[in-house]
Amino acid sequence: MATNSPSVFLLMVNGQIEGAHFPEYDDLYCKYCFVYGHDWAPTSGLEEGISQITSKGRQSSHKLIWNFPLEITFKSTNPSGWPQIVVSVYGPDTFGNDVVRGYGATHIPFTPGQHTRTIPMFVPESTSRLQKFTSWLLGRRPEYTDPKVVAQGEGRDVTRVCSQGFVTLSFNIVTKDMRKLGYETMPSEPGNTLQVKCPPNSFRVLRVG
Amino acid sequence: MASPGDIREKLRKKRRALQGSLVKNKNESDTQALVPSTKLRKERGQTMMEELTADEEDLGETLKQRFRAQRQRRKKMLLEQSLAQESNESNVDEISTTERHSRRQRSPEKPADPVVLSRPPSGSQRGLSPLLLSPSSSYSERPQLSPSHSLTEGHQHMPSSVRSEHLMRQRMKEKLRAARFKAESLLQQEPSLEPASRLQSLRHRDRDTLTRFDREVDPDRAERDDVPLARVKFQDVAKRVKQDSRMAGKELPTAEEAYNFFTFNFDPEPQDETDKVKKRRQKQTETAREDRDEEGHSDVEEQEDTEVDKDNEDDHEDRSEETPLVRDEEEDLFIIEQSSQDFIDVRRADYIGYQKRIQRDSELLFTPSLRTVPTSCKLPENMQPRYLEEEGLYVGERPPVSATNENILENRILKQEEGKKWFGDDGRIMALPDPIKESSTRPPLFHMEEDLDPALQTVYRKALTSKYASLYIAGGGDPEGDYQLDVDVSGLIFSHHPLFSREHVLGARLAQLYDQYLTRQHNNLTGHLTDKLNGLRNALRNMLEIHGGQALTQVMQQRISEYSLEVRNTRQLRDSEQEKDRTLLKNIIKVWKELKALRDFQRFTNTPYKLYLRREEVERAADEREYESEILAEVVELEAESEENYQKKLSEYKKQLEEWKAGRRKQKAKKKKKKKKKSQSQDETDDDDDQDASEPDVAEEAPKPEPPEKPDFEAIEEQVREKASRIRRKPGESILIPDMSASGSITANELCPRAELARREDVARHSLFIKVLYNDKEVSRTDSRSLNSDFRVHFGQIFNLKIVNCPESIKLQVFEEVGSSCSLLAEVFVPVPEPSVVTGNVPTEEYEFSSNQRVMFDHEGVGSDVPFSFEADGSNKQTLLTSGKLSCCVSWGIGEDEVPLAPPMSQHTGGIHSGLRQLDAVTCIGASGLSDMKKIGEWARESRVDPNDPKNASIMQLLKVASSGEVIAPEYFRLEQLQEEFNFVTDEELDRSKRFRLLRLRNQEVAEFRNYKMVPALEREVTDKVFQEYEKRLKEGEIIDTKEHLDSHRALVAKYLQKVRESVINRFLVAKHHYHLSDMVIEEEVPSIGGAGPGILGLNLFKLAEPKRPLKPQRKERKKVTAQNLSDGDIKLLINIIRAYDIPVRRPHTSKPLATKPARAFVETFGAGQAFQGAIHGTDWLLGQVQVRPFVEVSFQRTVLQTTTADGPNACWNEELQLPFSAPNGDYSTASLQSVKDVVFINIFDEVVYETGVDDKDRGKSIHTRVEKRWLGSVKIPFSTIYSQAKIDGTFMVDTPPVLLGYTKERNFGTECVYDTVRSLNEGAFITLFITVEPQLVPGETIREKIKEVKFDSQEDERLLQVSERFEREAALQYPNRPCLTTVIDISGKTVFITRYIRPLNPPQELLDAFPNSPQETMELVARYVSLIPSLPDSVSFSGVCDLWSTCDQFLTLLAGDEEEHAVLLCNYFLSMGKKAWLIIGTAIPEGPTAYVLTFEQSHYLIWNPTNGQFYGQSDTFCPLQAVGCLVTADNVWFNIQRYSAPMRISFDVTKANFWKPFFSRSFAHPGLSSVQPEELVYRHIDKAAAAELQDRIEKILKEKIMEWRPRHPTRWNRYCTSTLRNFLPKLELSVGRDVADEHRLELQALLGDYRIAGFPLHLPFSEIRPIIEAVYSTGVHNVEASNVEFALAVYVHPYPNNVLSVWVYLASLIRTT
Repeated sequence: MATNSPSVFLLMVNGQIEGAHFPEYDDLYCKYCFVYGHDWAPTSGLEEGISQITSKGRQSSHKLIWNFPLEITFKSTNPSGWPQIVVSVYGPDTFGNDVVRGYGATHIPFTPGQHTRTIPMFVPESTSRLQKFTSWLLGRRPEYTDPKVVAQGEGRDVTRVCSQGFVTLSFNIVTKDMRKLGYETMPSEPGNTLQVKCPPNSFRVLRVG
Repeated sequence: MASPGDIREKLRKKRRALQGSLVKNKNESDTQALVPSTKLRKERGQTMMEELTADEEDLGETLKQRFRAQRQRRKKMLLEQSLAQESNESNVDEISTTERHSRRQRSPEKPADPVVLSRPPSGSQRGLSPLLLSPSSSYSERPQLSPSHSLTEGHQHMPSSVRSEHLMRQRMKEKLRAARFKAESLLQQEPSLEPASRLQSLRHRDRDTLTRFDREVDPDRAERDDVPLARVKFQDVAKRVKQDSRMAGKELPTAEEAYNFFTFNFDPEPQDETDKVKKRRQKQTETAREDRDEEGHSDVEEQEDTEVDKDNEDDHEDRSEETPLVRDEEEDLFIIEQSSQDFIDVRRADYIGYQKRIQRDSELLFTPSLRTVPTSCKLPENMQPRYLEEEGLYVGERPPVSATNENILENRILKQEEGKKWFGDDGRIMALPDPIKESSTRPPLFHMEEDLDPALQTVYRKALTSKYASLYIAGGGDPEGDYQLDVDVSGLIFSHHPLFSREHVLGARLAQLYDQYLTRQHNNLTGHLTDKLNGLRNALRNMLEIHGGQALTQVMQQRISEYSLEVRNTRQLRDSEQEKDRTLLKNIIKVWKELKALRDFQRFTNTPYKLYLRREEVERAADEREYESEILAEVVELEAESEENYQKKLSEYKKQLEEWKAGRRKQKAKKKKKKKKKSQSQDETDDDDDQDASEPDVAEEAPKPEPPEKPDFEAIEEQVREKASRIRRKPGESILIPDMSASGSITANELCPRAELARREDVARHSLFIKVLYNDKEVSRTDSRSLNSDFRVHFGQIFNLKIVNCPESIKLQVFEEVGSSCSLLAEVFVPVPEPSVVTGNVPTEEYEFSSNQRVMFDHEGVGSDVPFSFEADGSNKQTLLTSGKLSCCVSWGIGEDEVPLAPPMSQHTGGIHSGLRQLDAVTCIGASGLSDMKKIGEWARESRVDPNDPKNASIMQLLKVASSGEVIAPEYFRLEQLQEEFNFVTDEELDRSKRFRLLRLRNQEVAEFRNYKMVPALEREVTDKVFQEYEKRLKEGEIIDTKEHLDSHRALVAKYLQKVRESVINRFLVAKHHYHLSDMVIEEEVPSIGGAGPGILGLNLFKLAEPKRPLKPQRKERKKVTAQNLSDGDIKLLINIIRAYDIPVRRPHTSKPLATKPARAFVETFGAGQAFQGAIHGTDWLLGQVQVRPFVEVSFQRTVLQTTTADGPNACWNEELQLPFSAPNGDYSTASLQSVKDVVFINIFDEVVYETGVDDKDRGKSIHTRVEKRWLGSVKIPFSTIYSQAKIDGTFMVDTPPVLLGYTKERNFGTECVYDTVRSLNEGAFITLFITVEPQLVPGETIREKIKEVKFDSQEDERLLQVSERFEREAALQYPNRPCLTTVIDISGKTVFITRYIRPLNPPQELLDAFPNSPQETMELVARYVSLIPSLPDSVSFSGVCDLWSTCDQFLTLLAGDEEEHAVLLCNYFLSMGKKAWLIIGTAIPEGPTAYVLTFEQSHYLIWNPTNGQFYGQSDTFCPLQAVGCLVTADNVWFNIQRYSAPMRISFDVTKANFWKPFFSRSFAHPGLSSVQPEELVYRHIDKAAAAELQDRIEKILKEKIMEWRPRHPTRWNRYCTSTLRNFLPKLELSVGRDVADEHRLELQALLGDYRIAGFPLHLPFSEIRPIIEAVYSTGVHNVEASNVEFALAVYVHPYPNNVLSVWVYLASLIRTT
């Protein structure tokens, strides 16, 4: 493809799921996947992944650190359906059943550069008290049929959710040919590119799940 | 029991009695004792009543004794001092009190009256004033009090009374009066009852004075009373506290203050004191009156008592010395004043007996009866009711009115006088026909997007913004952005007003002139100009003098001439000014003279104007000198000028003369030339020329210039002098200085004539005010000021306008008010001030206004716009209009910090930048005609807007548009005013762009593009190819390919179906995007206790304890996957083929066909010989010959898989086949999956191995065999069924052809006789399958449920719908697996109750005639007929979104429908044939929820499968019906509430209430639903010709196809065989495929002895050609690859009524064996 007349633009995402802040839970792992529109196609990298299980550090600030790398490149012809990353966090409950601890999604940042995103997480609520109890007892909490629904608006009105915690992601975005196709994303506010540096020794990976 | 009223009555009586004595003894001081005693008694009664409500007893008991003793002691003391008279009186009182008391006690049930709520504040004050009394003290003291003393108790607490004083003042006015007597008497009773407070000592000091009245309390009574009272007190304290805290806002008195209060004299508060005293006196006399409302006020009185008591102490001390008499007199006065009221006789209300009242009411009131009015009453006498409809006239349907209401109305009308005119001839109330139509007459708008009638097309109109609505000043809402406009309206002067008298007119004129004069005087132009002139003259003179006679330089000369020019101009100016001055002065004098004359004439003065002419004497000589010198100077100048003029003219003349001469000479020369011929001398001519120069008249052609005249200096001087005398004061004449003053006196009204008086009165009636309008909205108006006689109005009001909108116009409207009417006199527009114009630095300006109103008066007022004259003869008329000057000023306000509150100027122009505010910007600039393009244009032209200024770009653009005339200035309303701005391309461009089209189509979820990936980024990369398919489809929608359908009728049907489908799909687009919680969230089932489901809490708990690997594993519910995130390859179809029964077996190869033939014929023909026959063959089998080697081939979506080959007719495979599934267009949404039309073909083949002979080359070593597969039968399962069922598990009957050449049914063998009997009912093979989809997809039921939420319009009764909803819900709750159906959706999308579909309908007569004496066979034939109508599942045609039920006629027209339609039709046929028939709503395999038909024959039930015409007994194990949910008849729906649902285990007796739950029961009766079915079905007759034609076409097509499928081999057709087969097919049809097989085979065998024949007839209902081809293909007959194979194909189409066609295809392959 001639460089002066590209027909697709590329969006390269490097980053990591840095960690999470779930004050009440421990031993969590997370899954991520990307949701994107019809006009998007991943060209390289992993679309889905499951992280290791991490436990809270005793001395640190009760943060759960995964530092789970993301690396994916999309090509697209149309910014509509811009990719979103969907993160879902799971962990054992009191009885050792694996239950979901949170769902969250965010758009991949539009502008090139480094970005940090903190996604609030939530889980669907049980429809009744009794079900809440039984689901707690049986370790079968309500889950989304597909984590990807958190990236779309349709049908969300029928659900009730409960907020849980936060997951922090960092992205390094590189785009190619966006401008040539007429999409201007650059004049970005400097506030968007928050430079948050994670001290390398602040995380501990205990287990690799 | 005594009611309070009674008590009151008594009191009143008593009071009256007392009053008499009171009046008599009013001067006696002891009268006090009389009335209060009643009061007191009542009071006491009151407290007793309260005490009864209380229930606390113990408190007072202990203290009672002590209290009593105390009182006794005191009483003794007091009695000594008491006066005899008083004691008498009080004794009387005592008696009455006791009496009253007892009465009160007798009414304990009396509810607490207001008194309880408003208890005396004394108690509360006790509670409230902890400073004075500790709680303990207050508690301890209270029980000591007897009820009667409870009131006095308060008196002794002086501090509390201090506070009560405030309350008292508020209330005293009405209530105080009664207190005094009572207080005193109370004091007598209890002068020194004192708790242990420090005030006790104070009290003691006063005791002596107080005790004189103390005598009346009877210890017994006190005893009786005090206990409950204490309780009451405590209760009341709380209430009082509340009340007091509310009432008394003032601070509590300290103990010290309290002490002072009681010990000091009250001199510091004398007013209060006297006031109180006064009131007390009043009260003394008027207690009686108070009695009327005493109960409500006793609290206050008590409160007052405290006060009064305290006062009493003082009073008693000083009464003797001070002025008791005066007070008494006051009392008297009050008594007299108010006693009148006391004498009003108050009686209790009259009671009117109930009966009497009813009687009285009945006279006045009328209650229309509900009864029907007899017709005779409603008609005129002797008239028979006449019914128009009976006479055949049309009478519309009356609007429904309930009979009761109608009766009421009729009765009411009849009561009226002319009531009968409301009744028609038929005796009913006249009524117009019901105007409401049953259905909407407006045509529904279907296609939303296309083909709207152009008249109905929505037209885009731009919005018109309101002129000022959007003109908000930015930040106007902010607090800092408030702008203030100060409008100062100071006053108004009329220069003419209709009410002017003539004098006023002159006066105004004079004033005006004088004003002018003053202005001129102020400017002093004349003086300026004179000075200037003098200066110039001096300068000129100097110049000339300095340079004297010397030659003037060029520059000098130039300057001199300039100067002289200037002098001349200035002089002229000065002269004109002087003239004006002079004229003005003359005019003033003239007007003044006129005024004076007028005043003289009319003999009164209206105006105060006076003009003085001051004469300033001048020195005559100097003046004259000056005058002369001035004239001289002027004359000299003029002379110089004229001289100069003359010189100039002279030189001009000379020049002209020269020219003239030159011209003359030329002419002469010409003449001369002419004259030469005449021989004239040239000299003569020359002479002539010279003469000509001196003699002008000689000139012939050109006029000879005239020499200028010498200036006449004399004349000049004359002129100057004449002018000077005209414009200038004569020398020596004194200077006149007019001085006008308004000091003259106006003649008083009395001296004026009547007309003038009227005018003046009129003037007085007039008043004026001014409205201030901002942006055409009135914001304020001045006060109305009356018009003065000088016609000046002073307002002097300043309005501060806080503005939000941009200022556009400020307008002042002058209104004149006469009486109550007011009229707009004039409008004055005031310019919006510049931002720099702020209040304080602007002088008021005068704005002139005028009005052209015509006003005439009949008095002295001259009116307006009316000619009038000052002259006596009426000449010299003038007309004046109302006019005047308004002085006002508008400026921007100044804020607190000296900041001008003006909007920034940039606001006005800055707005232009945005295109949105174009108009606003223009308005900001200030054009007033804003919406008018022309005006803007004009304005732009006038103000010369710089077109290159970017600020003005939008205006210029606007103007360009306006001037080019292409776009007319918009004058319409626009809803989305921002739409245009946000349209990033125009609609046309959007339509043209292929990319946008692609994106839009995808967004609209058009099937082809729904999942289109990667829409190219650039327009040019979108190929036209992508649209081809879509466009083709669109086109095909229009044109029907008749070839494919073979039948034009079916083509039409197909088109119609397509349309219905589309409309239904559109209808459900919404539903598709409607999510349920279950779509989003996976959640454990609700643990329903007692339900049949697996969700019981206990069960779930047990699950925890379940072994991980149970010994008997059960199928677990798999996780369901919503089909939204799937992709190709994710879904697999799992087909588990388990086993088969009764597969046909090969007939032993007929190597000796002819020999066996007779035997066979015999055997086959007579079924009785079967066993024998079987036995014979059995030996063959036993000899080891393979009966059949069947295998199963499954094909789905062009994937073909097959099982291994098994042996024998009851083969067992137990194999699982996995077939991949891919959804159309890669769309795995539920709707898409449901509309998958693909069918799973499960074909059973026999693998036949033929030896093709031994290879010649290596003989004996290798044998070549050929494997052939022979089709034995098939099972077809549509994918939609699998999808909706999630799994299919069961034994299916294999669809085998009626005749299988070369095969026979294996039935028989002696040992199996038992089975035989069972199976004989069902011929055919069976196969057991398990089919499912992996992963499990959420079936489409969810959508079905959703549809229920999307409410359909329905014509059913709302209640019926509710009941049915409840019925279905309950059913689903109890038996979730049993389908329950009460309402269905008809083809137009409306909800219809199911029973409406059931109605006996006639089957075609041909069918009934076929077997006239065998009802059984007729039924079968009818079932066959129904089954021949092609089946088309709704889920396929309507994307599974809903189940549409068409009526039978629709079904027969469409000739396609699913099981429900078939079942309904069949049921209706059976009903019309007189059978008992029900519609079964149940589940079957493989259809899933479906409808079957149940009939009752003699003693047993038959279940009919309507889609294939098969029927089963109730106990048939192979009946595909698995569960029965409901039974439906025309009358009712019964839901199966039996334990089991399988048909063989249930009872079909619907009368049993514990088996079947009816929908319509006693509680909800059948409302008489009419049927939606037609009354009768009309059938088209059999069209044999069309059938024959179709038959030929099908045969041709099939032959072509078979040849096409065998591309590598030649296909030979055995014509002989074909014709045989063709003959045979009609027989098959007649016998419905039974009992003919062997006969037929033998026949064939006879014909084609040398051939090995394999073949079978296929039977299909006809819908399209494609399924036939598919069916033929799936048999694989064409796959025979033997070189010598021949084929035979015969097609027969049997027509049934109404174009129902039965298609037979006989297919055979023949291989020559010899």
